Amino acid sequence: MTLAVRDSLTMLRRQLRHMTRILSLTLMLLAVPIVFLLLFVYVLGGTLGDGLGGGAGGRAAYVDYVTPGILLVTVASAVQGTAIAVAMDMTEGIIARFRTMAIARVAVLTGHVLGSVLQILLQLAAVLAVAVLVGFRPTATAVEWLAAAGVLTATAFALVWLAVAMGLAAKTVAGASNLPVPLTLLPFFGSGFVPTDSLPAALRWFAEYQPFTPIMETLRGLLLGTPIGDSAAVALGWCGGIALTGYGWAKWRYNRER
Amino acid sequence: MTNIPTGPAIEVAGLRRSYGSQVVLDGIDLNVPEGTVFALLGPNGAGKTTMVRILSTLIRADAGQVRVCGHDVAREPDRVRAAIGVTGQFSAVDSYLTGEENLLLMADLHHLGRAERRRRTADLVARFGLDEVARKAAATYSGGMRRRLDLAMGLVGGPRVIFLDEPTTGLDPRSRRDMWQLVRDLVANGVTILLTTQYLDEADQLADRIALLDRGRIVAEGTPAELKRRVPGGHVELRFADDGALTAAAAVLGVAPPAADGSLLLRVPGDGRVRSLRALLDRLDAAAVEVEGLTVRTPDLDDVFFAVTGQPAASGRPAAASGKAVVR
Repeated sequence: MTLAVRDSLTMLRRQLRHMTRILSLTLMLLAVPIVFLLLFVYVLGGTLGDGLGGGAGGRAAYVDYVTPGILLVTVASAVQGTAIAVAMDMTEGIIARFRTMAIARVAVLTGHVLGSVLQILLQLAAVLAVAVLVGFRPTATAVEWLAAAGVLTATAFALVWLAVAMGLAAKTVAGASNLPVPLTLLPFFGSGFVPTDSLPAALRWFAEYQPFTPIMETLRGLLLGTPIGDSAAVALGWCGGIALTGYGWAKWRYNRER
Repeated sequence: MTNIPTGPAIEVAGLRRSYGSQVVLDGIDLNVPEGTVFALLGPNGAGKTTMVRILSTLIRADAGQVRVCGHDVAREPDRVRAAIGVTGQFSAVDSYLTGEENLLLMADLHHLGRAERRRRTADLVARFGLDEVARKAAATYSGGMRRRLDLAMGLVGGPRVIFLDEPTTGLDPRSRRDMWQLVRDLVANGVTILLTTQYLDEADQLADRIALLDRGRIVAEGTPAELKRRVPGGHVELRFADDGALTAAAAVLGVAPPAADGSLLLRVPGDGRVRSLRALLDRLDAAAVEVEGLTVRTPDLDDVFFAVTGQPAASGRPAAASGKAVVR
């Protein structure tokens, strides 16, 4: 067991080195949520904010509303990098070499997961900083901040495992970079950018039952004090389910002979 | 462990493996004594890489016994993994890391102590001539450097058995000779090596014993000298202007005319000495057959296979051509 931990940490160090070597990819994936944030706040925010109903409306209200959605776009965009990194590993012979060595098998994957989660947390901090610069004013207490960090970590952990599986399942690196793209779009088909009750019926039904909506509602509640209700429990349930599915799928793909 | 009598480092009996309906290894038996170099020689598609993948625990055999350093590869894969080093046909290095970082990564995965990992890395960097590039990303390495790094990475754990899957395929002649020297140095240190190759000269240069692998079976096995005795010493290739001359020449020399493939080439067994060449041309002259051109070929993989199996290597499989092309 301790060897598995030691091997996983070795793989984590490898992963962190990779991230500094392919900084351009990291920065590009970080640019996606920031561009969305600026676009939605400065181009659309004035009008969308007025449509939120209640409160002052306008751009200032919309920055607060959209930031939790942008945080999820950050996670979804970043896991694209995870899928790419895993797929690239598979096309290079290095993974075959690891398999011929007496090391904990799962260490390669846990290295990717730990590395990606750490990277995502850094990216979330960067995006939050930009959000605050453009007017995001959270009301969270220290405990609520911690809880929000926990929810984001759980979300990152779940989506990273899913992305690892996608990277293993993809036949090419290009395929691996495409598979997680729908994840980036999911916040749009939820409560990320507009309240779900403004959506047409079918879309609203989807929005209310897809995993990202309860996660975003929980974040919104923790950071801005809106009602959370059962969103937190549903969100954590989704995270657990996605993580387990991703882990199982990844393990199966990884242990298959190739 | 010094006084244990040396048993076989690799024992394979009745090994079979198929991919779907395609039989890749069809009953392989071989023994490689400790401290020797064993070459598996065969064209593309003969099953060499599958063999290495099974021996190195990457894939499982369908049937048969495979033991490496006394451990069964199916039942004790981790024991086997702890004893082997593998260098693949396609370099298994981490392109984003520097050469040194690649070696340190291996050291960490072998759970070496801090001082030991530094020492071994420095030693391998020096031994494999990687000093100048050790701090550059492996992505920037030439083919030869990558392959050297790859081999070095396989040695970090101090393996007793090393598998080299086509270690020089795709390398330029200079890098190839460098690689050969590195392999010879390894053997001098007492490790066992199983290498696969499609080049007869490579097997000849490096191996104590050679097995010829053809369509998943070992069709011949022996020392390089034993095998070469079975090869008739190369051949002379005659080129003609037209089919008429070709047929006439085949009749005069008593060899079977080749299939009508339009190449106008006739292969005549011969060793290429001046005297026998002159005799050959005299016979054609006497029969008034005009020869356009002539090439002397030293024995290559095709000749060995022809001698052993009575047919060209893996006929009908176009991939086999690549082996021949490089031998020339």
